[in-house]
Amino acid sequence: MTAAADTSRVGLVVVSHSEMLANGVAELAAQMAPDVSVLPVGGTDEGGLGTDYASVVEALADADSGAGVVVLYDLGSAKMTAEMAVESADDPSRYVVVDAPLVEGAVAAAVAAQGAASLADVAAAAEGASGEAPVAAPSRPALHLVPDAVSAEVLLTNEVGLHARPAALLARTVAELDADVVVRYGNEEANAASVLALMGLSAPGGKSITVVATGKDAGEAVRRIEELAERGFDD
Amino acid sequence: MGCTAADVVTALRAAAAVVQEHRDELVRLDQAIGDADHGENMKRGFTALLSRLDAEPPDTPGKVLKLVATTLISTVGGAAGPLYGTAFLRASAAVGDAAELDCDLVARALQGALEGVVARGKAVVGDKTMVDALTPAVTAAASAQGSVAAALSAAADAADEGASSTVPMVARKGRASYLGERSAGHLDPGARSTALLLRAFADAAAKA
Repeated sequence: MTAAADTSRVGLVVVSHSEMLANGVAELAAQMAPDVSVLPVGGTDEGGLGTDYASVVEALADADSGAGVVVLYDLGSAKMTAEMAVESADDPSRYVVVDAPLVEGAVAAAVAAQGAASLADVAAAAEGASGEAPVAAPSRPALHLVPDAVSAEVLLTNEVGLHARPAALLARTVAELDADVVVRYGNEEANAASVLALMGLSAPGGKSITVVATGKDAGEAVRRIEELAERGFDD
Repeated sequence: MGCTAADVVTALRAAAAVVQEHRDELVRLDQAIGDADHGENMKRGFTALLSRLDAEPPDTPGKVLKLVATTLISTVGGAAGPLYGTAFLRASAAVGDAAELDCDLVARALQGALEGVVARGKAVVGDKTMVDALTPAVTAAASAQGSVAAALSAAADAADEGASSTVPMVARKGRASYLGERSAGHLDPGARSTALLLRAFADAAAKA
């Protein structure tokens, strides 16, 4: 990555047969990622159901601030239209059409992009998003036993707990740092880089979560999460 | 005798008329197993094509086919846009800048079209799509001897048969695939429109 790319984030384009659906998905994704360009393209140019090639081409260019664009689609012909638009671009390698669940994929990609993830990582975040319960069994079961691990009990002072927006804030905070962080609630554990996994913990307000971090910025990660929680996630 | 850019334009005008004439039929077929827009989408695309052909008729067959591709891609609005668009684009590439198409070039154009559709839609024979009409058409055209009209006539006959073969099939691609077993017993609208277009081209070539 060049220095100039430090400020630019991967953009998202949501291609749907329906203008309302595209707008709704983009609205939901953008809520989690204020600095990411999330552009909806839906319906035909006459306002009907379908996909409009020219609008997709335009959106790809508009969403690209230098770091590339991840494209999500709803149904098969939207995928074909998106792929054609990518192939027609000057540099097709700047665009990735991902096979991902539309809503979860868009949200996961938006949060990854907000954390300044690379094009490949934003695409992977979308593709890794699943409609199923996102909480996996502990992925690094012995993380808290790692000598350098930093951990803390963090009380969720906000009313709604780790719901969508706080989860996005937390994931974004972690994404900026060089640290691997997991969050535990009850018997479940989530990778803090995944907003969907965090939401899947269903940790309510008034309860405590356990944050365990490793890596160079482990201490800073835990400190920032504690701060976030103290501020009630700015709710 | 070869087939000039003007002949290709004539064939496309004939195809546009056929699409217009069969608009309701294609809508009905698509209503049964899809999203009911194929007839209207194809009509919109070919209507737009007519006005572009009027405005600036290209001077080689390859350029005409490319204009068809870009027009359909930008105006059709359903799966047929990218699929037929890619088909005509590859057909255009296959004939290059030849001033006239002969039997062999027509066969190669059809082969290119099929490759384009397969690359775009990832369907194979038996998935209940336009591939089921186009694949036998390509084979028939490749083994035809003599004139462009002979190649296209053989292709149209094979496409008709191929389209009919989609009736008992269970769709594995496209919107119809969501219906599963319920998609059986219906003619695939994309296979039908492919057969219609090839028949229109064949009839135009026979008259030329």
